Amino acid sequence: MGKKFTIVLRNEYRDSVFLMRINDLVEKTEGVTRAAVMMGTEANKDLMKEAGLYTEEAREAGPNDLIIVVEAEDEKSAQRALEYAKSLVYKTEKEERKEEQNYMSIRSAVSFEPDIDLVLVSTPGEYAYREAMRALLLNKHVMVFSSNVPIEKEKSLKTYAKSKNLLVMGPDAGTAIIGSVGLGFFNVVKEGPVGVVGAAGTGIQVVTSLLDLAGSGITAAIGTGSNDVKEAIGGITLKTGINMLASHSRTKVITVISKPPSEKIVKETVEVLSKIGKPGVMNFIGYKGKDISDNLKFADTLEDAARISYSFANSDSFKLPDWTSENEVNKAEEKLTSDQVYIRGLFSGGTICYETQYLMSKEGIKTYSNAPLDKDYEIGGFEPSKKDTVLDMGAEEFVRGVPHPMIDFRFRKERLLKEVEDKEVAVILFDIVLGYGANMNPAAEMVDAIKKARKINERVAFVASVIGTEKDPQGLNSQVEQLKSAGVLVYPSSTRATQVALRIAKR
Amino acid sequence: MSSFFDKKVKVLNVGLDSFYQDLIKEGAEAVKVDWKPPGGGVPRLLKVLEALETEETEEANRKAVEAFTSSDPVLVDIKLAKEVIPEITGKKFGHAGPPISWERMSGPLKGAVIGAAIYEGLAKDEKQVEELVTSGELSFIPNHDVSAVGPMAGVISPEMPVFIVKNSKGSNTAYTNFNEGVGKVLRYGAYSAEVIERLKWMKNVLFPILKEALEAHGPLPLRPIMSQALQMGDELHTRNNASTLLFLAELGPYMQGKGFSRSEVSQSYEFIAKNQLFFLNLAMAAGKVMMDSASNIKNSTLVTVMSRNGTDFGIKVSGLGKEWFVGSAPVPKTLFFPGFKEGDANPDIGDSAIMETNGFGAFASAASPAVAQVTGASVSEALRITRLMYEITMIRDKSFPIPYMNFEGVPRGIDLRLVLDTNTAPYINTGVAHKQAGMGTVGFGIVQAPIICFTKAIERYGELVGAL
Repeated sequence: MGKKFTIVLRNEYRDSVFLMRINDLVEKTEGVTRAAVMMGTEANKDLMKEAGLYTEEAREAGPNDLIIVVEAEDEKSAQRALEYAKSLVYKTEKEERKEEQNYMSIRSAVSFEPDIDLVLVSTPGEYAYREAMRALLLNKHVMVFSSNVPIEKEKSLKTYAKSKNLLVMGPDAGTAIIGSVGLGFFNVVKEGPVGVVGAAGTGIQVVTSLLDLAGSGITAAIGTGSNDVKEAIGGITLKTGINMLASHSRTKVITVISKPPSEKIVKETVEVLSKIGKPGVMNFIGYKGKDISDNLKFADTLEDAARISYSFANSDSFKLPDWTSENEVNKAEEKLTSDQVYIRGLFSGGTICYETQYLMSKEGIKTYSNAPLDKDYEIGGFEPSKKDTVLDMGAEEFVRGVPHPMIDFRFRKERLLKEVEDKEVAVILFDIVLGYGANMNPAAEMVDAIKKARKINERVAFVASVIGTEKDPQGLNSQVEQLKSAGVLVYPSSTRATQVALRIAKR
Repeated sequence: MSSFFDKKVKVLNVGLDSFYQDLIKEGAEAVKVDWKPPGGGVPRLLKVLEALETEETEEANRKAVEAFTSSDPVLVDIKLAKEVIPEITGKKFGHAGPPISWERMSGPLKGAVIGAAIYEGLAKDEKQVEELVTSGELSFIPNHDVSAVGPMAGVISPEMPVFIVKNSKGSNTAYTNFNEGVGKVLRYGAYSAEVIERLKWMKNVLFPILKEALEAHGPLPLRPIMSQALQMGDELHTRNNASTLLFLAELGPYMQGKGFSRSEVSQSYEFIAKNQLFFLNLAMAAGKVMMDSASNIKNSTLVTVMSRNGTDFGIKVSGLGKEWFVGSAPVPKTLFFPGFKEGDANPDIGDSAIMETNGFGAFASAASPAVAQVTGASVSEALRITRLMYEITMIRDKSFPIPYMNFEGVPRGIDLRLVLDTNTAPYINTGVAHKQAGMGTVGFGIVQAPIICFTKAIERYGELVGAL
């Protein structure tokens, strides 16, 4: 056993746990076998006796004296340890400034920040229901960006939300603008008189951007998620959204956008919109209903939806910028050979893909697609195109483990190069969607592919719609310029781009 | 509702971080959840967690919170255990933690049982106690099952005096024994002559003097003492320095000791004054009263009991009735008294985790920087633990403010769902006993409850609501 050395710090009170920590550190120093760092109370002295660390100096110490006893191999180690112990007694811990802890669940976040209005859920689909339900239980509106939420769970979320007068956007809601805050994928749109509710994400982006380009704007855009208008859900969010906008004073016009739902939902939507006393526009893309009244009209294309909404709220006429002249279109037509007759559409926006097929079918053209209007014309996304083919490249098969085509252009670029090898192709039609959530320079991505494509086939015409506003982070004009200098025929509306593509193909 | 469109909405982002970054970029007010798959990603747990995200659960938990926050524990009397706890009589002892057989008892619990049997005059030594147990004469019951609590081994035998703490706002009562101090003490498994002698002195001298003082003083509300002590640097588990003195300030003046010598009175006074853990038992009984008032509420996921017997760790959940959900008790990360080493420590033991169950102890780490030293860490680490515990609790109880956190309330009401959701087990500050019977205290430490107890409880809930 080594020798024992002691120092006593008179009238130096420290808490026992504080001293135990020092005790532990001192015992770990080199040459030290054991140590006792304690206040000189009777109870502590007993402990020291038991441990065989009781010394003469310790015995003399009183309850308010701090005793440091070190048992060490040699005096030098002991002295070093005693000094070390003493320094620890007087040391102040420098406070480590750690990053504020992040919230681990919606509950703690809402508990500490009760002024949260809305919870944006974008977890993998299997977890989204619980997170959304929890937000509703805590009285918060919800947007569920996640997809793959079973429809019966969507139903239970929306039924519950309705009972609490809360809004559930989604599941599978890609876009929304609430109180001038954009959520998910959205364009920076001016404030204005139109309130938009839609089950078609890109459809909302197109219509809101067109309103902005025409000089108007929106009060809100509510994305319901694509399943909302299915009969299983019955348009719960659609109707809640309409009613919320109806009671909102700054909203003068309400515009509904969706792929065509069942007749029942159309009827119910008409009923709701008829009652609210504000002009309404229903755009069930490709659905041509008879206008209900001067105040409640159907629009069959996205551009029409924007135009009618605009005219309800403004006295002047709806005008979009002309980025491409007649002459440029004519020139593109002249380059084609007589064999070049087909359109190949490569879209990142599902609604745009749908609208394109509708416009083509109106011209008597059947389109092959991975999301076809006519089931007989279905082809797999990775199968080669046939005749007129229009692909939704945001569909499930393209986004497994890969970012959405509005962000990641790899599949579109590859596909574009394949399409131009086909000598019968007249037009490559595509969309560029700007705004938050999208690629920061999408035009450059496509221009890169187009340049390579021209080396394979210099005659093909490229027609594009650019969906966005000047306030979008990418900047609308610079995106349009890049495409134009690559010889692309560029339009601000998907409707117009498709019409031009059709004109070229059918020349 | 329409104002929803007229204000700049504040958004909570749960999931893709890029959306949060975009919200900040567009100038919106946004906060985020550091999202991870709940239940550590186990699909079975997710199923139950999903099924428990309902209005019924919310309502039940609101009721539970209302119950424990409004309950008012008051020290009303002191009597012998056999007089007030019908189950603890003759040859039946209460003990800490979930039920356990003699064979499975750890050293300190066995030691405490031996000491109590000697104290009761039932046996003279370990061998005789062993015989009493094997013949079935001496039997045991968890304190928690008879509204009692005791720190460490927590052995309560019929002839021990117990504090009686009543809920003045309800009908429930809790009992606890007297705290003996540290070192060679029964609750740490020591049973030498000095231990037995002290227990006898506590019964014969301290008990009547305190009882008389309490009668003269009148019922003593415990919440004010706890709240004040929290603001004086106690976390009310490992550190009860302030609360003990506040308690003494209340009863001290009434300690007349009729029929006792002056030195016996001053001994009693000094015994309390010098035992910085004296109030712990009272705080535990208060905690027991508060949590019991919130027990047996259908659908509630409030954890009402966390307790250990030195072998097993057990919890109870309000909506799951009397059932214990049990796992192996872990060995605390320990700071040792001089003379003890790693390897001496027994697995976690004691009913005292009722303090954490109530939002004190490790949960209130930030209130007690001195105790933070136990974890070998800085004050910011204490803060971190308190903040972390907010993630698994239902409320911040402003009646128990933490000065260092701008008087934010302690995290109270452990939500079984949140423990599994965040995969974060409650932290517990604790005394540590020697693993051998008869040795006593070896140090103080910190430990995390085993998550398996919570998993078992949530699975029972899953069966109950038909999710499994």
